[in-house]
Amino acid sequence: MQKVLLGAEAIAQGAIDGGMSGVYAYPGTPSTEITEYIQSNKYAREQKLHSMWSTNEKTAMESALGMAYAGKRAMVCMKHVGLNVAADCFMNAAVTGVNGGMIVTVADDPSMHSSQNEQDSRYYGRFAQIPILEPSNQQEAYDMAYAAFDLSEEFGVPVMIRITTRLAHSRAVVQLSPVRSQNSLKLPDDPRQFVLLPNIARKQYRKLLAGQSLFEEKSNTSPFNQYHEGTDKTMGIIACGISMNYLMEKFPEGCPYPVVKVSQYPLPRKLVTRLSEETGYLLVLEEGYPIIEELIKGYLEKEQVKGRLDGTLPRDGELNPDHVAKALGLPVHKGNDVPSLVANRPPALCVGCSHHDVFKALNEALKELGDGRVFSDIGCYTMGALEPYHSINTCVDMGASITMAKGAADAGLIPAIALIGDSTFTHSGITGLLDAVVENSPITIIISDNESTSMTGGQESSAKGRIEAICEGVGVLSGHIHVVLPVKKNHESLVKLIKDELNYPGVSVIIPRRICVQKNRRDIKIKQVAKSI
Amino acid sequence: MKTDIILAGVGGQGILSIAAAIGTAALNNELYIKQAETHGMSQRGGAVVSHLRISDKPIYSDLISEGEADLILAVEPLEALRYLPYLATKGYIVTNTTPFVNIPDYPTAEEIMKQLHQQTHLVAIDADKVAEDLGNKLASNMVMLGAAARFLNHIDLTALEKGIAELFSRKGEEVVKANIDAIHAGKTLVDKQFQD
Repeated sequence: MQKVLLGAEAIAQGAIDGGMSGVYAYPGTPSTEITEYIQSNKYAREQKLHSMWSTNEKTAMESALGMAYAGKRAMVCMKHVGLNVAADCFMNAAVTGVNGGMIVTVADDPSMHSSQNEQDSRYYGRFAQIPILEPSNQQEAYDMAYAAFDLSEEFGVPVMIRITTRLAHSRAVVQLSPVRSQNSLKLPDDPRQFVLLPNIARKQYRKLLAGQSLFEEKSNTSPFNQYHEGTDKTMGIIACGISMNYLMEKFPEGCPYPVVKVSQYPLPRKLVTRLSEETGYLLVLEEGYPIIEELIKGYLEKEQVKGRLDGTLPRDGELNPDHVAKALGLPVHKGNDVPSLVANRPPALCVGCSHHDVFKALNEALKELGDGRVFSDIGCYTMGALEPYHSINTCVDMGASITMAKGAADAGLIPAIALIGDSTFTHSGITGLLDAVVENSPITIIISDNESTSMTGGQESSAKGRIEAICEGVGVLSGHIHVVLPVKKNHESLVKLIKDELNYPGVSVIIPRRICVQKNRRDIKIKQVAKSI
Repeated sequence: MKTDIILAGVGGQGILSIAAAIGTAALNNELYIKQAETHGMSQRGGAVVSHLRISDKPIYSDLISEGEADLILAVEPLEALRYLPYLATKGYIVTNTTPFVNIPDYPTAEEIMKQLHQQTHLVAIDADKVAEDLGNKLASNMVMLGAAARFLNHIDLTALEKGIAELFSRKGEEVVKANIDAIHAGKTLVDKQFQD
């Protein structure tokens, strides 16, 4: 059987067919489609595979580890920066090891199409000292999800699958394998394996270290890594993940240089050593940071290596066939230049979006106080930094609005304002709010609640209908929690409310609540379909 | 034989439906496809592009190389110009002329058309008007697909119709018919231009 799948969907299908019992994730571009695919997959629904969204990547990672503790196969998915949130559990899961298979799928976003940075998750994989799989195409994405469970169960450690935006969001035909049944519930053989008290952790860590040479040997013989012979031995090429496609694209009749295709890490030392011995110098093609290039080159630069560090390839951004052509010294036949009148068309808030009303009111309320005191966060409302509002001054990481506002207020910037969305608030804002409550910081927090995780496509927010209860539970005084309807006719009252709370020298929370226009439209459609059935 | 297509537009204009229709038709004809899409942030009214590659041989890269696209199919005229570096010397631009103005520095329609007419191979039609005349404003993307039909190697009109029927079957016969009508309207208009 075959299907046309996005790279992200191929991983989802591979995990389902590979006998997964559940996926845990928080939405984040370009990883969102993995979990969405599982949520809507008929077989996954029939089998009742877990696929509900988690509150954040940390809770997702921990839940997946819990499922793997219980002997079943679990996958956790996130975008690259999500792994920062989940890193505590991730690093320690490598030490506890797993019982059932566990896949950590991380989707990196080089060129920052929808992200704050372009960090390379392969560093995290190396940091945790676990095997990493990096598919070069959709078929491998499928095959690797299946194989990653085997690898994870063979070595008793989590296995990372690392993809990048391009593969996540590109479609091709994928051949499916037979479906494998799920594991049955089974406790770990060693009841202390997951208890990371120092003396146990030391033992577990030595086990992980002892595994390193086995992981490497597995990489040497992995079907995902290959040595391709070549006649021109002046240069040897190491092509990691998707870059292999760009190389093949440029040599459809076969590459004249010897090539090591790397899609499984640790680096296959035998293949790379052979390449180094047989060729004059090496060219490393990798999507992301020059991690392999740096590794091979070494601090003393004893090996002659070309790549992103010496300018053969761009230092940042995603690769493409043109970059690779240039690095190979091949001609590029660029078409006409883009005329100068072609203006950028950045993303914008939808017509009718409630954030418009919030920005208008906020700007007016802040007129007298002046600019520079609005700490914001990650979501559609980050576009409040752009034309026409220029309302916000920061966007750093999930939840940072509240805590940065607190820090600025501590420094004397009073009042300071935090502007955060409902889903980002439940993801990572609650603990920051507690900090502010503990010290009764003079900050006004606006939780612009559109009852949805909109930027990633309108997933259910964990906050739904509970935000004011959460704030009160954390300790915000009920007199300083306000729920308002952000519509044009309420503009004046919203301005007044914001001004009043800015004058209050403690923590206040204003919750402008109106459902995301996109989500509303989809919900109506779903209801109509349900009615017609 | 390969066809490399840059599909360009603004988030929400339906370029993914065009891609899906061509892709389904290509698969029915047992061809290889790869289709790189834009998801995430830029979907919110931003510029979106899809690289659609069709071939009778395996395809490696998900992205089209600069100067190698056989076709830029744009549902918006400014977006047609954004991807000129990808167009091959022999390649065609097939574009809608109705602008989607959601930025303050959007050029005038005359400026855009002047730039477009400087390109060697151009087909420009007012797909929004054609769709409106058909009584189906939302089908302007399918009008554009019809306009591009003559440039799709190894995929004929019947294959496109079949692709659309598959794609929209869940939405009912009326929707399928409306979309197929839109394709015919686009194709007829362009075929006529080539006869003249």
